[in-house]
Formats: sequence, structure tokens, C-alpha cells
Amino acid sequence: MERRTFLNISTLVFGSMLIPVAGRAIAAEELLSPMAVAAKKALADTALNAATKAGASYCDVRIGRYLNQFVTTRDLNVENVVNTESAGVGVRVICNGAYGFAATSDMTPDGIANAARQAVAIAKANARLQTEPVQLAPVKGVGEVSWATPYKKDWRTVPIKDKAELLIAANKAGMDNGANFMQSMLFQVNQQKYFASTDGSYIDQDLHRLWAPFNATAVDKASGKFRSRNGLGSPVGMGYEYLDARPEHKIKAAGGVATLYTQSYDMIEDARAAGRDAKRKLTAKSVTPGKYDLMLSPEHLFLTIHESVGHPTELDRVLGYEANYAGTSFATLDKWQSKNFKYGSPLVNIVADKTTPGSLGAVGYDDEGVRCKEWNIIKDGILVNYQATRDQAHIIGEKESHGCSYADSWSNVQFQRMPNVSLKAGTKKMSPDEMVKGIKKGIYIVGDGSFSIDQQRYNFQFGGQLFYEIKDGKIGQMLEDVAYQANTQEFWSACAGICDEKDWRMGGSFFDGKGQPPQISIVSHGSSTARFNGINVINTARKIG
Amino acid sequence: MTILTQDQTKRICDRVLSLSKADECIVTIGGKRNGNIRFARNAVSTAGLIDDTAITVRVAFGKRQGTATINEFDDKSLEKVVRRAEDLARLAPENPEFMPAVARSPFKTSNTFVQKTADIDPEIRAQAAAYSIEACRKKGLVAAGFLTDSTSFETIANSNGVFGHQALTSLDFTCTIRTEDGRGSGWVKRSARDLARFDPREAADVAIEKALRSVDAKALEPGRYTVILEPAATSDLLNYMMNGFDARRADEGRSFLSKAGGKNRLGDKLFDQQVNIWADPWNPDVPVLPWDDTMLPRERQDLIKDGRIAALDYSLFWAKQKGVRPVGSPGNIIMGGTNKSTAELIANTKKGVLVTRTWYIRMVDPQSVLLTGLTRDGTFYIENGKIKHPIKNFRFNESPVTMLNNIEEIGTPVVLGGDEGPNPMVIPAMKVRDFNFTSLSDAV
Repeated sequence: MERRTFLNISTLVFGSMLIPVAGRAIAAEELLSPMAVAAKKALADTALNAATKAGASYCDVRIGRYLNQFVTTRDLNVENVVNTESAGVGVRVICNGAYGFAATSDMTPDGIANAARQAVAIAKANARLQTEPVQLAPVKGVGEVSWATPYKKDWRTVPIKDKAELLIAANKAGMDNGANFMQSMLFQVNQQKYFASTDGSYIDQDLHRLWAPFNATAVDKASGKFRSRNGLGSPVGMGYEYLDARPEHKIKAAGGVATLYTQSYDMIEDARAAGRDAKRKLTAKSVTPGKYDLMLSPEHLFLTIHESVGHPTELDRVLGYEANYAGTSFATLDKWQSKNFKYGSPLVNIVADKTTPGSLGAVGYDDEGVRCKEWNIIKDGILVNYQATRDQAHIIGEKESHGCSYADSWSNVQFQRMPNVSLKAGTKKMSPDEMVKGIKKGIYIVGDGSFSIDQQRYNFQFGGQLFYEIKDGKIGQMLEDVAYQANTQEFWSACAGICDEKDWRMGGSFFDGKGQPPQISIVSHGSSTARFNGINVINTARKIG
Repeated sequence: MTILTQDQTKRICDRVLSLSKADECIVTIGGKRNGNIRFARNAVSTAGLIDDTAITVRVAFGKRQGTATINEFDDKSLEKVVRRAEDLARLAPENPEFMPAVARSPFKTSNTFVQKTADIDPEIRAQAAAYSIEACRKKGLVAAGFLTDSTSFETIANSNGVFGHQALTSLDFTCTIRTEDGRGSGWVKRSARDLARFDPREAADVAIEKALRSVDAKALEPGRYTVILEPAATSDLLNYMMNGFDARRADEGRSFLSKAGGKNRLGDKLFDQQVNIWADPWNPDVPVLPWDDTMLPRERQDLIKDGRIAALDYSLFWAKQKGVRPVGSPGNIIMGGTNKSTAELIANTKKGVLVTRTWYIRMVDPQSVLLTGLTRDGTFYIENGKIKHPIKNFRFNESPVTMLNNIEEIGTPVVLGGDEGPNPMVIPAMKVRDFNFTSLSDAV
């Protein structure tokens, strides 16, 4: 999928032409017929042998079957139901010290062998421009293993009728409560990924993900003003059980201004609230610009973590491999080497993992056959590590990869992608309501909105979904036209409080773009509600025409 | 993948249409071969070749639609894909806004294919990368870049007799060159349909010059400045704005083109008189397919004429609702200009800022198309008609509507693909007053 499509989707500009993953549309019954593991192994061996014979010193093969189902609705109509399948093989080799990659949807032995030979030819062509040979951190072959996302309800077995009815019910709930327009969507993903390499690994994985975003828009025709509120549910690495709402998974936001969700999501309830919120936003007070103490809910903070910690600690960015597109990073190696670079206040502890159950990043093994784990990125405010793949580990003195390699399809080459990157909960008992009491002049922000950050991850600006004034320790009126601007280090250094683990939950990105050709990754970010003192807030209201 | 010929795809389409028992049937065949090379730190980082091809069949029984796709083309597979689509259509809910397949109309071919581009091989890609890499090694600079070339085809057909087939080629090259100490950064982008019109040496030289000139940037106070925006600095801003031309959203009150009282701004003068933007599938610099995603023929369309909103983009359904003749959605964006060079725009500027490109642009408020983003890879202070010195990057919060109202001068249009927009573009450099920079960025 292209980054531009991601942008359209991420801003909830729905349309039947914006299905975000290319693939062959298939009938529902075919979703449940996986390719036999033995057949995948035979194909993988064909590629490994062809690449080795052509001169490769290393080869890995990814046989992928990527299944998606999209249900898109607008108001009370189902606009589209599409099942897609994309299947094929990607072969990556090292030959003469250089990488080569080729992919094909021709899954015959001849087709796969040809792709392997093409990859070697490409590697040979590139080798003359190589200054240093590719150096892979060792991985012990694991033989034939498998891993699957734990889920209770397989989305592939839920009737389309039930899904359409859920979305339409949510749309109706929004429209009955103040929204003039509702759009909702259900993204459901199953990735059947088979990895094999000359290291002796044959890894079969079955991954499931889900996201049910919506957008409620209220319009005041008389004034021409319109305002929107997006859903507050998260994309998850779970089954359809996420949409079976349970009371124990509901949390009241500070001051009761919203209902928030943890392990399951009440989409209809949220849509009802969104209709009311969108309408209220039309007459909400426009913010007075200035310095405020911000209280950021996890539904909002996940994106700030993603942009200002997740991306700058990607080692490929730090080293300059992304310089031409996503950019580089301010978190340079010398800062890490100093062992004293203050990324944030001592309260800030950030961990990376690809193991948290229910997260988007959770897998057994990455796309280089590396077993996934957890490690620290920021400890007590100090930068202590990055995110690395096999060919980067030696640069930071690591003996093994962090397991951060990912490709978004069989047709794209794997490279370093962000794992889950999360802010640890505060160690002192504190709820969001208790946090409010200590704030004299602040703004409480719930939900993610507009986001932008520079190419080295210093200067950023974020909006949100819901904004509430905090005055003298109390949640006050709704605000509008709010965005905050800050510098990454100053922002995290201003972290003055983090709620406890009871408030910890994950948000996430279903469409994180990086690389050339652009690839989309999925990643979760957990946090509790956190406070940041003295942050610059701007007013975004403008008049045109 | 073989790039299938028109005769081959016509036979396949005819077979599929004859197999379908549905009320209507729509067929699309698409194939592509994308080659790429990516380099960073003065070495190749990845390179690859991706090919894929597929046939998509969409059928309808009444207002129930089903879609299926397959990538095999034998008779048995074609029958299978038709039956799958029909099975899905029978299960699908009715769509009250369903629109029948478009009627037959002739397509005037656009010149989207160049053999020389289709013949690009790994050696040519490696050579293109080598120019940047070797020049940077000699000068103590660091190159990163990406060259991607594509050869593809699209065939469309439906049960009303519509048929179209075209092959396409394209290439895009971007290169970022940084000083070894990280204090300077320059960038270049080149897009072409024809390999013969792409010169990797010229491109590398532009990025090298920008990198060297941008070292030791000074901080300038944020505020409103006269800016000279090179084409790459405005491409994504314009893309965001053009996305708001959807007629339905405007009529429903959900676009910057909506007006108080429930009307839209079609015909309103919203921009400076100098602003002319149109779409033209047969433009020689940025030709695109002569049909859109719904198989409607595209036309040359004025979108903004002398500063007025000249057209909105109607879906088939909305065109019917409003009694408007539907036209294929634009596939490119072309903005009129002058024959003034960027150097002339600079020479005519007493005090201002030259912006090479903008980055990470996002919508802040769709009501006013307020966008935020940053300058990147070459931002310079202009004084008395000359580039005085490099300056630190800025964050801006600005609406392209305001920007196009504040135009002082327009330069020569150049071919450019938007970083994040769907359409190839031809746009000029622009000199704009009162551009709103809201904060400084330390990023280089």
C-alpha cells in the first residue's frame, strides 16, 4: 500500500477506491483455506537452493498469504465489502557482500527459482557500489516452528451481515445523537507468513489484527461550520472478541468527560458519544493560546510516543539509511554512547517489545527469523538503546538483533521497523482524576488528531479529538482549535506525572509509513495518562474566502 | 511478468464477460513490473524487482455487488473468478447508492508509454545511483536516494461495451545529500515518463549544491515572511487542497468549498487572479490514463480559472443526484505559470525566504484547509535579490487557500510528483507574501 493511501485512510476519508491493501479479492470461504506447511517448505527450499547455486552466501525466503476483509459504511448504507488475498514470495539474498531482492506472485517452483536468481543478479550489480559488506548478527536456526496470534473469535468466521449491522448501528447511534454524517469501517487482517533461511529456520506464523475506526461529523449549515470526532477504539492484534464489549474493559476519563476502552470496545456507545461531541465542538470555546500543563490520555499520547520516541530511536534512521525519505534522528550515537543523554525527566521509562499480548506488533519471530523480546529504550529519562535488525546489531555492540525486521508484504523487502514502544506506568498510585487536582491551568486531551514532526524528530505539533480546560484542579469546559507545539527533548523533560498501571492501555497505528518503496507497518504504544508542564498551545482557527 | 498486449487482454475480457450471468459485469486487468534501487551512506542499501498481475471482476445483481480477483488467466480460472464474484454479490447487502456500469464511449489514447523506460535494468539503476554516490565520495558528502521505475498496463471492460487498454511507464528519482558533519542537507526530485529526460548527474549536482549552501544555518525569528516556494515546496499543499474539490462533501457542508447556508463555492473567486489550475490526461509532460477509476472518460478540465472555482469532482452517484454531467476524475494537476526562472523570482525579492521543499504536511483544520508542516533540505534567507545565507528550518501553519491568495509572482512550471499525493503535477515556483512560519526547527 502506498503512503498516500495511508494518509487518506488515516484521515478517515473513506471511499471504495481507498482499500488500503492491494490483493486479489476472494470469496469468504477461501479465507479459511491455508496453504499446507509442507508445500511452503518445498517452495522455500527451491528458492534457497537456487539462490545458493547462483552464488548467494545467504538467502531468506518469505512466502506470504495476506488476507484482508474491509467493510465500509457511510451513514446507514454499506458501501463496500471486500475480501482480498495477496500471495507471493519474496527472496532476499546476500551475494558479494551486497543485498539483492526479488519478489513474484508466480508460486511455481520455476517462478520462485527465477526470483531467487534475479535477486542474486541484482545483488551482484549492486556489489560494486558497496563500501562495506553486509554483516548479519548470528541467528541460530530454529528448525520447523510455528506461532499464532492468540485470539478467541476468528474474524474470518463472523458473518458479514453481523459486521455490517454493527457498523450501521454505530452510524445510527452517532446520527441519533448529533452527527449529520457518519462513516465507519472495519479493517480485518490475517497474515499467513512463512519464513525460511539458509540459517536453518522454517517459521510458520498466523497473525490476526483488527481495527474499527469511525468518524462523526456535525455540520451547522447556517454558519457553514463543521466539526468531527473520531472513534476512541484502538487497532489491536486480537480477534473479533475486541468488538464484544465488556463492562470491565470500560474506563471513565478524568471528570467523566468520555468513556475509554481497554481489552474490548463498545463501538456503538462510543459512536453515540461521538455524535454528541461533534455537535458540542461546533460551539465549544476557542482556545486562548499560551503555555499550559497538558494532561494527555493514552488514546492521544500513543501518537506522540510513536513520533517523538519510536521513530527517532530507529537505528536505521540514526545511521542515515532513511535520510532520503523519513529523515534522520536527533538521537545520534554519540548521545547514546555518553550514557547520560537526558531524553526526558527521570519519570520517563520507555520499553520496546514485540511480545505484549493484544498489541499490533506482537509476533513470535520477526521477518529475519529472530525470536522477539523486550528491551529498554529510555531508562529513568536516559537514552539507553535503539531498535536494531540483524545487519545493524554490531554497530551498537549488540550480539544479536532486537527482532525489528518487518516487510508489509511478500513483494517488499524487509527492513527495520518499529516494535511496540511504550511508556511505563507511574510507580506511585495515581488516577487521572487525582492528576487533575494538581493542575492549575491546563488542558486535558483525549484522542489523536493532526500530527507532524520534523525529519530529525525535534519539532512537533499535535492536535487531538477532545480538549477540556483544566482550571484550579477541576475539569472545565470543552475547548476547540487546540494544537500544541514542542521540541521532543523539552517535551519529555517536562513530564511531571504519570498515572499508575490501572490506567495503562495501548493505542496504535495501523498505517505507519516508512521506507522506499513506502511500506506500512503496524505498531502499538502503551501508556497511562501523563502530565507535561508548560507546553506551548496554539489556536488553529482560521478564516478563508 | 509479461506486459500483456491489447489483443491478449481483449480476448480475456471478452471471455469473462461471456461467462457472467449477472445483470452487469466490469473487468479490470492490471499488471506492473517495478524495479528500484535505494542507496544510503554512499552505498546501495536495497534493490529489487517486483512484479504482479491480476484480473478483477465486479458483478452486480440489482443493487448487490461482488468483486473477485485472480492472477491466472486460463479458462478454468476465469470461470472461477466470475463465479466467486457472483457468489459474493448474492451475499452482499443492497447499496442504495449503487450506480450501474458506465455506458460505452470512446477513449482518446494518451501517450503514457516509452520503451526506453520499460527497458531499464539493474545495471542502469545501479549506474544512476553511482553518479550520486561517487560524486559524494569525492567531495566528502553523504548520499542517500531512491530510483524507482515502473512498467505497467491497465485494461478495462464492461458489459456495456466499454473497453480500454494502455501501457504506462514512469520513473521517480529522489536524492538527499548531507555533509558528513550533518550541518548541511540538500535534496532533489526528478520525475519522468521517458528515461531520456532523466539526467542523474544534473539531479545529483542540484542536491550537492543545496547541501553545501545549507551549512551553518542561522536562526530567523518565526513570523510572516515573503517566501519563494520551489515547486516541491507546494506540491503537497496543493494536493491537500485539491482533495477538497469533492462535490458531495462541498454540498454536504464538509469542505472548505462549502458555504454558509448549505451552498458550495463553485464559481466563487477564492484565489488570486493569476491562479489557473487544470487537469488534462493528454498533457505531454504528465499524461495519464484517459479514464478514471469508474471507467468514465477523463477530459481537459479547468479546476481553477483566473482564481475562480471552475469545477468540482462529482462521483457518478452525486452527479445523478444533482443533475450534473459526470466527468472522469482528474488524474493530474497542472498549474499555469510564466517563463520566469526561480533565479528571477529571487532577484526581484528585497527580503524573503527561499524554500526548497516542505515535509510532513498534515491537515490541522479541513474547514480552512489549515495545514502544518516544515521546511526541509535547503531553506535560505534572501536579501536585496540575492541568497544571503542558509537559515534554520521552520514549522508553518498555513492554508493553501491563503497562500494562493497572496501570490506576488509565479515562475516556470516543472514536472513533479507529489510526495504524498496521488497525482503527477506540473507546477511553478511561487513567490508568496505573508507565509506563516510559527516555530523554529533544529532539524537539518
